[in-house]
Amino acid sequence: MSLLEVEGLRKAYGEKVVLDDVDLRVDRRDVVCLIGSSGSGKSTLLRCLNLLEPIDDGVIRLDGQEISDPLVDPREVRKRIGMVFQAYNLFPHLSVLDNCTLAPRRVHGVPRRDAEARARDLLAQFGLGEHVDKHPDRLSGGQQQRVALVRALCTGPELLLLDEITAALDPELVGEVLTIVRGLAEADTTMVIATHEMSFARDVATTVCFLHEGRILEQGPPARILTDPQEERTRRFLSRVLPPSA
Amino acid sequence: MTDAWSPSARELERRSLRRRQRLQRVVTATAVTVVVLGVAGWAVTLTPGWDRFQETFLSWEDAQESFPGIRHGFWLNVKLFLVCEVFILALGLAVALARQARSAWLAPLRVVAVIYTDVFRGVPTILLVLVMALGVPALNLQGLTTDPYIWAGVALVLSYGAYVAEVFRSGIDSIHPSQVNSASALGLSRAQAMRFVVVPQAVRRVVPPLLNDFVSLQKDTALVSVAGVFDAMFQARDYSSYHFNYTSYVVVGLFFIVLTVPLARFCDWLQRRWMERERAGAL
Repeated sequence: MSLLEVEGLRKAYGEKVVLDDVDLRVDRRDVVCLIGSSGSGKSTLLRCLNLLEPIDDGVIRLDGQEISDPLVDPREVRKRIGMVFQAYNLFPHLSVLDNCTLAPRRVHGVPRRDAEARARDLLAQFGLGEHVDKHPDRLSGGQQQRVALVRALCTGPELLLLDEITAALDPELVGEVLTIVRGLAEADTTMVIATHEMSFARDVATTVCFLHEGRILEQGPPARILTDPQEERTRRFLSRVLPPSA
Repeated sequence: MTDAWSPSARELERRSLRRRQRLQRVVTATAVTVVVLGVAGWAVTLTPGWDRFQETFLSWEDAQESFPGIRHGFWLNVKLFLVCEVFILALGLAVALARQARSAWLAPLRVVAVIYTDVFRGVPTILLVLVMALGVPALNLQGLTTDPYIWAGVALVLSYGAYVAEVFRSGIDSIHPSQVNSASALGLSRAQAMRFVVVPQAVRRVVPPLLNDFVSLQKDTALVSVAGVFDAMFQARDYSSYHFNYTSYVVVGLFFIVLTVPLARFCDWLQRRWMERERAGAL
């Protein structure tokens, strides 16, 4: 059974249809990359997946259970899904460590000692060991985004949603964040990633989905979608974002 | 884009489920409210002194009889409030800006502003009203009015100006420095950055605490009665001492509530409109 299944998902803001009849399957250990221009619906799709946005039609299933059912408690769903945002969204009034232990302690009921041990462990692993007690605003963008990744990982989510997590970073800082995500992919973390980094998508993705005007126009293994797309619009998009030599 | 979409069976099912959930919440909320308020009201009537209380505080005849006088006096409170509010906002903002000023020439102004807020926030408002309304006319100053009504108003302005200045200052401090930076980068002077970028944002942020202060001010206009001004409070006290009945105080209370509630609703509406405009699509 797929970990996540989306069927006929529709999302509209008033008259404007942002997602239209989207189908998506994510199996365990899959890394699905969503590509497409800004406004194509990548972020909205991710936000719908952990129920941050109410959907207008369609079905979302997690582990076979329909989570788009109004009777499902969204918090139970979000406990199992981690999310990282483009603008980090760390809590500025908490130290790095407290950012990372908030959810494990308050939502998952992990004892303080255990939560901190795990957070310290992950922070050290991601090269943030010396920043544990600092407040997020003292850190560089790349460091902050790595903290945000640790914060999402601290609860041990079954599925990780990454929403253009390198889009707000300097090019030289992009690498340090993507290295971590590559590591997560190698460790068989299930992820859905909205990204503009095509070479990264080619390396880590098991499936690439091209979104255009709220629809998934084309999906398949990165080798096919990124080098031999069938759709004219995919080709046009790729010619704009890929370096000419590629 | 022509849209041939119609909701799926599952979506229709979910909608009716959501409707049912909503209905259930409305029913629960109504039932709980009715029960809680009903029990509270019933409990009050059970108190041993309820009959006596009703006679002295809730007498319909006394309410009717004291009403015209209180209404007449209340008009003074409303006028006082409306006029004071304008001056308080101006004074408060001016003091807050004076404290933010960085120019060396304005250093004395900064000191005065600090002393002013410290002193006038520290002095009880009722004391200030008494001192101003009775003390200043006693100075026999040429060309200045001796009307205690005016001087009580000045006392309210000075007292509330200090509170409001601090509210404005915390609002200004809460605007991120990057806003001043980007204004400076556009070539705006510090004063211009304040006027066009920082203050407009700060004001929006402090509307709720400002409202709080103004509701408080509306009530505190009743303090002018200590200076012998014939406002609603004075009228009520006058009535009660002639008729040995306190219903007039309850009538004054209702007058003040009727005045403050619309202001609160108006501010809620204003805030929602600002928020909708600025956060549209950002979420």
